[in-house]
Amino acid sequence: MALLQISEPGQSTKPHERRLAVGIDLGTTNSLVATVRSGQADTLADEQGEHLLPSVVRYTDADSAPEVGQKAKQYAASDPLNTISSVKRFMGRAVNEIKHLGTQLPYDFVDAESHVPRIKTAAGEKSPVEISAVILSTLKARAEQSLGDELSGVVITVPAYFDDAQRQATKDAGKLAGLNVLRLLNEPTAAAVAYGLDKNAEGIIAVYDLGGGTFDISILRLNKGVFEVMSTAGDTALGGDDFDQAIATWIMQQAGISNDTQLGHAQIRQLLKIACDAKEALTENEVVELNVTLDESNGWSGSINREQLNTLIDPFIQKTIVTSRRALRDAQVKVDEVQTVVMVGGSTRNLRVREKLGDFFGKPPMVDIDPDRVVAIGAALQADVLVGNKTDDEMLLLDVIPLSLGLETMGNLVEKIIPRNTTIPVSRAQDFTTFKDGQTAMTIHVVQGERELVSDCRSLGRFTLHDIPSMVAAAARIRVLFQVDADGLLSVTATEQTTQAEASIEIKPSYGLTDIEIETMLRDSITHAKGDVEARSLGEQQVEADRVIEALQVALQQDGDLLVDDEVKKIEVALLELNKVREGDDHRVIKRSIETLNTVTTEFAARRMNKSIKQALAGHQVNEFE
Amino acid sequence: MPVSLSQNYFEIFGLPQDFHLKTQDLTERYHELQKAVHPDRFATASDRDRRMAVQQAANINEAFAVLKSPLKRARYLLILAGVDFDDEKETTQDPEFLMEQMELRESVAAVRELDDPFTGLADLMQTITQKKDAMLDVITGQIESKCYADAKIEVQKLQFFEKLLLECENLEQDLADAL
Repeated sequence: MALLQISEPGQSTKPHERRLAVGIDLGTTNSLVATVRSGQADTLADEQGEHLLPSVVRYTDADSAPEVGQKAKQYAASDPLNTISSVKRFMGRAVNEIKHLGTQLPYDFVDAESHVPRIKTAAGEKSPVEISAVILSTLKARAEQSLGDELSGVVITVPAYFDDAQRQATKDAGKLAGLNVLRLLNEPTAAAVAYGLDKNAEGIIAVYDLGGGTFDISILRLNKGVFEVMSTAGDTALGGDDFDQAIATWIMQQAGISNDTQLGHAQIRQLLKIACDAKEALTENEVVELNVTLDESNGWSGSINREQLNTLIDPFIQKTIVTSRRALRDAQVKVDEVQTVVMVGGSTRNLRVREKLGDFFGKPPMVDIDPDRVVAIGAALQADVLVGNKTDDEMLLLDVIPLSLGLETMGNLVEKIIPRNTTIPVSRAQDFTTFKDGQTAMTIHVVQGERELVSDCRSLGRFTLHDIPSMVAAAARIRVLFQVDADGLLSVTATEQTTQAEASIEIKPSYGLTDIEIETMLRDSITHAKGDVEARSLGEQQVEADRVIEALQVALQQDGDLLVDDEVKKIEVALLELNKVREGDDHRVIKRSIETLNTVTTEFAARRMNKSIKQALAGHQVNEFE
Repeated sequence: MPVSLSQNYFEIFGLPQDFHLKTQDLTERYHELQKAVHPDRFATASDRDRRMAVQQAANINEAFAVLKSPLKRARYLLILAGVDFDDEKETTQDPEFLMEQMELRESVAAVRELDDPFTGLADLMQTITQKKDAMLDVITGQIESKCYADAKIEVQKLQFFEKLLLECENLEQDLADAL
């Protein structure tokens, strides 16, 4: 069977070029970007040689770009309402869930009742997604400048225990920042990759990740390049920031400031900074001096020692140990079966944390890879593989969903459809029927959590199915498919079984932005920057077209023998059409052409996948004889 | 629809349709399969190919979960043999068995009152596991002899034991957390 000649005369298929990909650790306190160069993964520094970018954004006015990092951080106490720190704590969360010091919320929230917090700043109202996008943009610029070219893709890390809303918010932020997000990667898994590949480790490892705002514990099994997460547990509202708040509260008590005192925003930020500095200084010193100046007349001096600090933070550490026990139980692993304990996150520098964890695991934890950088490094290693730079690589990451997914049923009860720690991707079907004659719509409420009552779980969103064929009550058999992908994100499709009609689904996220809101934000951000919406859409479709064309050409070269002449002709026609319209400027036409080509190649794709599955097993069988 | 989604789980793994299998062999095959279809292999592919990869990977994960668990594997073999499991309508009728279940449940509930609840619970769990394993041996024999109707009854009973064990594990968690 002849191979198809698709390239234009004079245009050769380029040899496989190295694509630029980075890993980004979007942390509560600090963010980093890393990449693989000459086989080595490393974090990238800014012009001052700093690798860490403080996750702080400061808005000055509507016409200026916001300040990011150290430049912004120094204004935390003097310009508290415009200097946003730890924005990760607000991602996918409602305002009333945010923990804070003092009687006031830390920022000027537009609507305290809203499920999508917006902060009033000097440059207008900003959502956590937009603020995170600013941090990501800064890292994107840093990477492109260091590496001298555009990025093909990025892996962004998230806490393993992040729920669907928090993950979606992170992905949205990436989109807003103009990044091609290849994958969301769980932070403990990223650390395991960095550590595992560095040390060529095998066996069971526990990754204890205590950052500024989140805590994760993951138990993994490493075996010949396969990283299998056995279980994960955590708390997305527990971290170094809580240590700071506890210390600040203690300072207030020592200084005779009552809990009811209405402290100003500036004063609170100042207190938190003093608390944070003291906490870190106590790692090197037995005791630390404290000087608090609240206003011209009010000041207080004192000191704090290690013992006092430990009393304040022990309850938090204990919480992490209880959670760690649960993760071990879920993994069906005993404490002494854990071969290695890896510490990740700045808060694991704290001596008490290391002491208590060493006691619990019965062995000293591994701290030789910089706990601040290990996650970004792991993400970079995965990004390198995902973007296609390592075709012979055997690395496989099998992660899990951290929280059970369930549906609301009669009487505020939850019916679990996917239990926690199920390996992803996963898909489960659930059958529904209508309860009124002619009913054409149905709403399903999806929740996440382990409890039995809907009110005790976290609402993910409401999925309304439209266009259900009109039938007698209870006659319809609607199969709803819940699918969680490798990012840990849920998607829902529904088909009425007797007619095979696919219902359209309208999603209303409980703690997040709808697709329309994201599109609006994208449009607004573009009108401020160069180019326009049409140009962006065109660019996106052309990129997708190129991907489809390139992949198909490779597929035809490798597996053209899976097709008969008739099928090849159909594909040829659609492919030539796409090649033609891709050069044009109508993105809608390109999109339609891609869809046509996809329809015509679906069967081919299925056969190819079948073939690679058979080959995978054939390789295995050959090994059995060796 | 991709052709392989219509294959049964044993076929996907290239294993004989039999209750006996080596877990290590199963796991190795699982890893090889996921290396071929996992969405991470298709990160820069077209939207359509990425979606297909997610479906395939999910299917293989499901197949692995079923084949790995002896109870699920037994149940699956029965389904392949044509046995219908309509769980909502049928529960076990065996009075002796139900009595035993009630007694076991009462023992579990009483664990909190014991002087040493942890040991008490561990002992109970061991007893239940032993009964479970014995039952599994019976089912294996029944499947081999093609006594599917009998095997179905035993599998349904086994599900009771699995549920009970799960409750014990949750209780163990609660007891530990309360410390």
